[in-house]
Amino acid sequence: MRKGLSTFNIVSVALGLAFLYLPITILVIYSFNASRLVTVWGGWSTRWYEALLRDSAMLEAAWNSLRIATISATAATVLGTLAAVALVRAGRFRGRTAFSAMVYAPLVMPEVITGLSLLLLFVALDTDRGFWTVAIAHTTVTMSFVTVVVQSRLVSFDRSLEEAAMDLGCPPLKTFMVVTLPLIFPAVAAGWMLAFTLSFDDLVIASFTTGPGATTLPMRIYSEVRLGVKPEINAICTIMIVIVAIGVVGAALVSKRSALRKAQAAATPA
Amino acid sequence: MTDATTIAPRIAPGGDTRIRSRIGWRQRLVVLIPALWLAVLFLVPCLIVLKISLSQTVIAQPPYAPVLDLAEGRQGLKDFVSGLTLESYQILVSDTIYLKSYLRSLGIAALSTSILLLIGYPLAYGIARAPRRAQPVLVMAVFLPFLTAFLIRIYAWVNILQREGLLNDALIALGIVKASVVWLATDTAVIIGIVYSYLPFMVLPLYASLEKMDETLLEAAADLGCPRWKAFWLVTLPLSASGAAAGALLCFVPIAGEFVIPDLLGGSNAMMIGQTLWVEFFQNKDWPVAAAVAIALLVVLLAPILVYQRLQLRDLGHGLGDG
Repeated sequence: MRKGLSTFNIVSVALGLAFLYLPITILVIYSFNASRLVTVWGGWSTRWYEALLRDSAMLEAAWNSLRIATISATAATVLGTLAAVALVRAGRFRGRTAFSAMVYAPLVMPEVITGLSLLLLFVALDTDRGFWTVAIAHTTVTMSFVTVVVQSRLVSFDRSLEEAAMDLGCPPLKTFMVVTLPLIFPAVAAGWMLAFTLSFDDLVIASFTTGPGATTLPMRIYSEVRLGVKPEINAICTIMIVIVAIGVVGAALVSKRSALRKAQAAATPA
Repeated sequence: MTDATTIAPRIAPGGDTRIRSRIGWRQRLVVLIPALWLAVLFLVPCLIVLKISLSQTVIAQPPYAPVLDLAEGRQGLKDFVSGLTLESYQILVSDTIYLKSYLRSLGIAALSTSILLLIGYPLAYGIARAPRRAQPVLVMAVFLPFLTAFLIRIYAWVNILQREGLLNDALIALGIVKASVVWLATDTAVIIGIVYSYLPFMVLPLYASLEKMDETLLEAAADLGCPRWKAFWLVTLPLSASGAAAGALLCFVPIAGEFVIPDLLGGSNAMMIGQTLWVEFFQNKDWPVAAAVAIALLVVLLAPILVYQRLQLRDLGHGLGDG
């Protein structure tokens, strides 16, 4: 691509980013609104955050979501990374086409269909629905996203390092743990984060697969939002945005540091 | 660890044969574990939906019949097969609510995907032309809102679009309109919400294909006296077509089945198919009809899904993994 920005390029990027960030910014500002009427600005206040701390149903839902997202993101990262390794490294095994179709299909499958089908499976198996069924459902849906991210890193990865390790007698499993995994780690971490936020965020699949006592945060927020705009919801949304922002900035810093270290290692000959 | 498969490769010469000979049980496990997980939790559930779409609604637990009873052997299977019916599909065809709902979903998905292309292309193009150092930051900036909860982003628009919301305040203050305009509960609101939510999915594959482009092609065009707009039209646009196709499919298919956005921003009189399925299942408790709605939607979306499988999302992965 030829470099050099025209005015048109700058304007389109600026407008695009403004469109993406303006609604979120407004939401964050209004979470500090002292007025109960969402549309009237009544000065700065943290009263809705205090109200949130007393809302035990909301806190419990948040705790459920946090645990489900952690468990399902971890399981999805393991399964998704395995699937990526299988797609990139296992060569032309039998059923590869079917396998890749199965890995990619959940990415575009409308959520209502995935949710319904998983629920019908749990009903057919006569499973008690609740915390674990939601976690399993989220693992299934998010692992495809992990695969996409990890696969792209594996494809652009210098194969000779692995071959060198194995030529020196390192067994395949150890080669993967000592050579491959550290090199693809940024992609694996990015995949975990993506899986975590997708799970933390999901309303439709959780609504289908949950049972009594396992209300997640989006389900709770959804039932509140349907009744109208409430300042408390602005507050909890702001907290969620801050958590995600910290995670993303943290991940960016980690990968930048490892890139720096790599650059230094390359600059100083061994 | 010193079985034949791990020793053999060390002494075997040549690149390709050496790798292939390493396919041992471990490698098979790498394929088998995710394959098994997806077979049980993705493939089997789809078959169950198909099965239940052929069942009848009954007031029981579970609320459909027949139920396959494997304990009764062949007779059980026979009873099961003879109990299957196309009743739910007949309901889908006979009541125009469903057809209208499908057409509406496809129409809204097509319109929003076109708008996404129109907004996403200049954005992706601008990012691809930015200085190389700034590109990862800009890609991340486009992707970041996607990481903040989906529900929150839709909810943010409820704040803005409601009757006494900020959009009306701004429009009245600017003198563009005199009285409040109804935004919420309209198709416009649904499309704004969809475009806003799916923009990263459009921009990332587009950016990936634009960024990979060989700039010498444009230089060659310029050297031969081709004006810039014509070079864009004849070189850049065709070369980014695969990215545009990937982005369009990645948006179109999930939008057609969207539930949350039309539910929160749309009106209650006309439903998209995702909402129809939701209502059949949660409110009418008619599982067979809900399953038939799902199967019919899948059949409609099968062609775009298969095309998308071909493109295999590599462009999106490229954008994300390197960003």
